Amino acid sequence: MSTTTVEPSGPAGTPPERTGLSPRKRRRISLGIQYAIGLVVLVALVIVIDWGQVGEHFFDPDEIVKLFPNIFLIAMKNTVIYTVSAYVVGFALGLVVALMRLSSVKIYRWIALVYVEIFRGLPALLVLMIIGFGLPMALGVQMPFDIYGKVAIGLGLAASAYMAETFRAGIEAVPKGQVEAARSLGMSQSRAMVTIVVPQALRIVIPPLTNELVLLFKDSSLVSALGITAATVELTKFGSDMGITAGDTTPMIVAGMSYLVITVPLGIAVRKLEARQRKGR
Amino acid sequence: MTHAVEIRDLHKSFGALSVLRGIDFTVDPGQVVCVIGPSGSGKSTLLRCVNMLETPTSGKVVVNGAELTDPDCDIDACRRTVGMVFQQFNLFPHMTALQNVMIAQLRVLKRGKADAERIARENLEKVGVGDKADAYPAQLSGGQQQRVAIARALAMDPSLMLFDEPTSALDPELVGDVLAVMRKLAQDGMTMLVVTHEMAFARDVADHVVFMDGGVIVEEGPPDRVIGDPQHPRTRTFLKRVLDPTHAEVGGAPDVDAIHAGKDAPEPGRAAPSGFEHGA
Ligand SMILES: Nc1ncnc2c1ncn2[C@@H]1O[C@H](COP(=O)(O)OP(=O)(O)OP(=O)(O)O)[C@@H](O)[C@H]1O
Ligand SMILES: [Mg+2]
Repeated sequence: MSTTTVEPSGPAGTPPERTGLSPRKRRRISLGIQYAIGLVVLVALVIVIDWGQVGEHFFDPDEIVKLFPNIFLIAMKNTVIYTVSAYVVGFALGLVVALMRLSSVKIYRWIALVYVEIFRGLPALLVLMIIGFGLPMALGVQMPFDIYGKVAIGLGLAASAYMAETFRAGIEAVPKGQVEAARSLGMSQSRAMVTIVVPQALRIVIPPLTNELVLLFKDSSLVSALGITAATVELTKFGSDMGITAGDTTPMIVAGMSYLVITVPLGIAVRKLEARQRKGR
Repeated sequence: MTHAVEIRDLHKSFGALSVLRGIDFTVDPGQVVCVIGPSGSGKSTLLRCVNMLETPTSGKVVVNGAELTDPDCDIDACRRTVGMVFQQFNLFPHMTALQNVMIAQLRVLKRGKADAERIARENLEKVGVGDKADAYPAQLSGGQQQRVAIARALAMDPSLMLFDEPTSALDPELVGDVLAVMRKLAQDGMTMLVVTHEMAFARDVADHVVFMDGGVIVEEGPPDRVIGDPQHPRTRTFLKRVLDPTHAEVGGAPDVDAIHAGKDAPEPGRAAPSGFEHGA
């Protein structure tokens, strides 16, 4: 390879031909067009939208006042309970299924694979309905803690399939040398797994598992399909019912913002963690 | 007298690839045996068969009188007496140096916490990284990590230490620290089986040198003979390439002897201008 074939205009290379605009000018014009489009859209929105209407229906102070304190004391609290309980169930089941998936016993690997395929393929709502209505109707099985138990198990099952796959990926991402070092120190396979591999795998899967928490947080709105009471209501149902009753959008907006208050910081935390892990490698 | 390690007719294949093809040798207590040989000759595989990180296809491995190849052998128990040091250190990254050295004492030997910590600190001190007890592996240099790894193995009171190219992943100026620790261990009477490319170390420290090529032992004996005055042409070619790498022939097959020498050496010449280009 000789220096003359090198593209950029180095000291020895021939300068590229000037066809009209330089790349720098072209980039500037392109940027200018993008800003101009944005500005036009913004101006159009300001003109077209009836801001009085918006204020009245989206941010009506009277409606906001009516929401408190129940939106926090009941709806938000229930949403958090549903989410966290389902997350705990999904986490525990997911870890067990992931370990089964990596087991040296073939039948365990099979069971785990079928489990993952089933619960990854079914809509969470259907799983929730089967646990909430289907099983009690068919078998007379009642979940403990009434609706809270149904939600923890129903949403937990649905989440566990994803979590199992995440755990498996995390465990497989731990270098083989780690197990070899542990085994060479006399640890058994299971001891090495518990003491050396799983703690490292957990670190690897913290970002994707936090994402899963955000997803579950939103999925907790599915609970309303089970038919809930004023005491067991969660954010989405609370906001939409209040909004429909009042003929105003404000309660839904506030409910939406209540989700964001939790999901946005979680998202930021995930991005920070990911950035730190990238640096750590 | 029982041997520290006794290997009889050891074979190991990975699928169709036959990596070890009938290995016999012994290591006596207190002996330092160095295994040398070209890349891919099966040195690591041999070492890993000694503590059953690889399961031999056939043959017998006896360590301290226990036959590891016996299906009824309690491998975990036998491994406790055999320390292993890896090329890539393999420290546990989620634990400090001290915890790395303590964990197996606690979980495997069931030592008390105070005892384990005392023994861990002693061993870290012994390998010269006593001041790094609270550092995580990522905060240590390669040489320090490898010495922590040696301390981790020593804390289990092994009667045999296996080293798989312990200095190959290190920057040249860090190699000496690790070799010094190994030399000290040898002087203190530790039985050692060492795969290495450090010929000076093998020559100085080893009682016995084994040259492997193509999955068999080609030549073995005292270092003065195997390294100083090799008998087999394959040993000679290998040593020439290792001891004087700048004069190795291009693509040199073991039995090629100075055929391609002289004018036919285009590679380094051609590399020069492109290096210039990047530098400019
Ligand atoms: N787990 C494995 N599966 C398949 N092939 C393997 C495996 N481990 C080693 N091999 C092959 O066995 C051969 C010998 O490998 P080994 O690591 O023992 O060589 P080595 O002498 O230690 O080489 P080096 O000096 O490069 O470390 C190589 O061809 C390698 O590709
Ligand atoms: Mg090797």
